[in-house]
Amino acid sequence: MPNKATPQRASKGARILPQWVSTTALLLPAYGWLTIAVFLPLLTMFLFSFMNKTPMGKAPIEFTLRHYRAFIDQPYLIKIATNTLLMGLWTTLACAILGFLAALALVRCTHGARRETLLILILLPFWTNGLVRVFSWTMVLRENGFLDNIWHWIAPAAGSIAILYSREAIVIGLVHGYLPYMILTCYIALVTIDDAIIEAAQSLGARWWVILTKILIPLAAPGLISGAVLTFVPVIGSFMEPRILGGKVGVTMGTVIEDQFTQAFNWPLGASLSFTLLAVTMAIFATFSGVLRRGTGGTA
Amino acid sequence: MTTVSVQNVAKSFGTIPVLHDIDAVFPQGTFTSLLGPSGSGKTTLLRIIAGFVAPDQGEVTIGEKDVTGIPVWGRNIGMMFQSYALFPHMTVARNVAFGLERRGIKGAEAQKAVAEALDMVHLSDFGDRMPKNLSGGQQQRVALARAMVIKPSVLLLDEPLSALDRRLRQEMQVELLRIQRQTGLTTIFVTHDQEEALTLSDRIAILDKGRIVQSGAPEDIYENPQTRFAAEFLGDSNFLTGVVEAGGVRLPDGTLIQTTATLHANGQKATLAIRPEKMSPTPLEGATNHVAAKILTVIYAGPALSYLLQTPDGTRLKLFQANRDGTLMREGDSITLHWSPAHSIPVQN
Repeated sequence: MPNKATPQRASKGARILPQWVSTTALLLPAYGWLTIAVFLPLLTMFLFSFMNKTPMGKAPIEFTLRHYRAFIDQPYLIKIATNTLLMGLWTTLACAILGFLAALALVRCTHGARRETLLILILLPFWTNGLVRVFSWTMVLRENGFLDNIWHWIAPAAGSIAILYSREAIVIGLVHGYLPYMILTCYIALVTIDDAIIEAAQSLGARWWVILTKILIPLAAPGLISGAVLTFVPVIGSFMEPRILGGKVGVTMGTVIEDQFTQAFNWPLGASLSFTLLAVTMAIFATFSGVLRRGTGGTA
Repeated sequence: MTTVSVQNVAKSFGTIPVLHDIDAVFPQGTFTSLLGPSGSGKTTLLRIIAGFVAPDQGEVTIGEKDVTGIPVWGRNIGMMFQSYALFPHMTVARNVAFGLERRGIKGAEAQKAVAEALDMVHLSDFGDRMPKNLSGGQQQRVALARAMVIKPSVLLLDEPLSALDRRLRQEMQVELLRIQRQTGLTTIFVTHDQEEALTLSDRIAILDKGRIVQSGAPEDIYENPQTRFAAEFLGDSNFLTGVVEAGGVRLPDGTLIQTTATLHANGQKATLAIRPEKMSPTPLEGATNHVAAKILTVIYAGPALSYLLQTPDGTRLKLFQANRDGTLMREGDSITLHWSPAHSIPVQN
């Protein structure tokens, strides 16, 4: 049998290129792009993080692990990191609640052209310039701003409710920017749930609260989790929203890292802080990966 | 053990009327099929009884209780769907226990009820499986167990067997009927499959364009269809149209077809329905009606033979025969069809 098969395969190979050639050719553009756009810059940053100073000028460069001790040498960084993680947590939580409910409303209460229009409206924050989006919030949240004025009109005697330059303001700005991710991932998860499943639950005596907690949330868990990942990771690295909406309280890992690159000109410290943040993020997701796998496995 | 009744129910979606003035009673312990083509409103009627759709007018009562204003979760119904609708993230046992939990039944009592329900559908060992690891037939059995375990007042079935292949469907029909007979549960079954309706039901209601056109026992509807639609939708039928004359119907070619049924006044148009298996190519005793026809097509289906025929004036007819001795008539043969006046059923167009 093998004797018969071999010549046939050989003659085929003469006409058609071996499979690995076509596979490589097809994968090359993607991997080439990844190498140039992601891998090489990251590698360079990783190298920077071990240098004693920014590699410019003629001074000799030494390699050191000193920047990875930043959290020990400069204890105030721990407080900033904690605040950053809390900011990420609150933003993700707010996005999860609002995004899930918005996606639920889209899936259960709309259809056809109206649903498409609403989906486009949800994507609008993506189309606006981030800086404009964030600055417009300062107009709303500042003292004598939009919100404050309405409040004074409703309750003239009460004090100001301006919350610009506070953690709440940062979270509001971040939620506005990242909510669409959560809505879209939840929408995709919810839209695949068969109406009959919800009707079956109703016929068995389930009211809306039971349907929400026992059917919809468990079935949409993969969407909620991927939305949380898509929100949490950029939020803890963000620096524009904290800086503009947080003012003095807006010192986060993102702004500290940005300062290292643009103000202090200490690229190695900025790079090492970035990689520390990356490690912390990956550790968090490694912890939750079990939940993630169970979530996707249950509905596959 | 509950009688379900629907009084004067109407429903439109937007400007499109789906149901008009439906009055129907589903007596306790009966198995009733709502039979009709798609768009006839049969599913909407079932969903109104279940409570998923609110009727524009009319009342629904389950037992003594008027449930028109009661939401689905308060109606104590058991429901099965075409898509099984099992909860994909729960094991089979937790699927079945779901309705019990909603009624506050937990622990050992719930476990016992779940075990009994799974035993009833012959899936005792499947409690720990996930629904996706079951075949379609097994999933539908779980759905049946889940609907039955809560001891519903009425069992509502929305084409539950349509997604199954033929053999499995027949198996499930037997199973469904056995369980329905055992429990004596009032059952309403939506289907577009006439064969399924005939085999399963105590009563059939035929729906067309949002109205119940005829309801009754399967054999009553089959033997005495009142409308052309009912005669065509439940089984096959031949139609002969002519003018009423001397207690019979005079066809355009002059043949007088006799019937034992009462007809309209002389001179009015009338349509007679004759079941294809009630006709015979050979003279029979008492078969005083006859028409000549030419065989167009012969369909050989093993035990049954079907012939498509045409009368000289162009009317198409069908003839069904049991394959008794393996001899077939040929295409192009001219034959005479005979049948008894009792089998000419006048129907409304």
